[in-house]
Amino acid sequence: MIETIDREWFEEQVTSLLDDLLGAAMRLTKNRHDAEDLMAESVTKAWGSRESLEAADRFRPWIFRILTNCFLTDCRKRAVRPTADVPVDEVGEEEGAFSLFEELHQPFLLWWGNPEQEFLNKLLRADLERAVDSLPEAYRAVVVLADLEGLAYAEIAESLGVPVGTVRSRLARARGRLQKALWIHAQEAGLTKLATKTHEASHEASENDRV
Amino acid sequence: MKPAKTIGCSEALKHLLEYLDQELDGTKRREVKHHIELCRSCFSRAEFEQGLKDRLRKAGHERAGREFENRIKTLLKRF
Repeated sequence: MIETIDREWFEEQVTSLLDDLLGAAMRLTKNRHDAEDLMAESVTKAWGSRESLEAADRFRPWIFRILTNCFLTDCRKRAVRPTADVPVDEVGEEEGAFSLFEELHQPFLLWWGNPEQEFLNKLLRADLERAVDSLPEAYRAVVVLADLEGLAYAEIAESLGVPVGTVRSRLARARGRLQKALWIHAQEAGLTKLATKTHEASHEASENDRV
Repeated sequence: MKPAKTIGCSEALKHLLEYLDQELDGTKRREVKHHIELCRSCFSRAEFEQGLKDRLRKAGHERAGREFENRIKTLLKRF
């Protein structure tokens, strides 16, 4: 445990993580106004419980844990049906069954080039945000902490108050759902026709070259 | 160190995301790494999953902006 936490040091840490914390808060709350309020509340709580910070180099996972807890507590307070999102782990979903890569590798899409790279190239940040936002709360939290903020499984387990094994299985399911959401959106936006279009464009270009 | 055991695609894919998350222990990590180095299909899959992870990581930052930074700084000054 750290003996005393200097206010200036605390401010430096918070300021250096401001964009990361706000990024996580935005995806958890899904809007800027609530994200800013969540951050203000989390920073206040973090200062109030600064004695629970075990080591200076644990500041990042520690404050993300506080942010996640603030969000989950606040959410449950506000929720009309507070248990609606909770039993995700009991759902009989096959772990991470959906694979975007496999979908992109279907034979009808393999006419030209590298479909998965084309897909990543065309993917907008807004597409990713929309897919993350579509996840149920418990899945969203685990994706935000693991993929958006790069926390270790043990740190996520601590943040969410669940065993590491639960983080592992929940993350697998959450990523499966996230990829499915991206795939459905890509189909709606016509992104999966990319390979064909690229082929046609390249074919036309080479035709023109010959003229 | 013993050479990594050769594992099949399904075993490698089962652990691929944990491998990319750097959450696998020594032996399993070496087995998955070894498989990806030898298997073109799993190598492509690993590249794609890593690419998606990188894109998500970038979405984890949100520019706070001067106004919000000031709000937090004002709050911190009160502590």
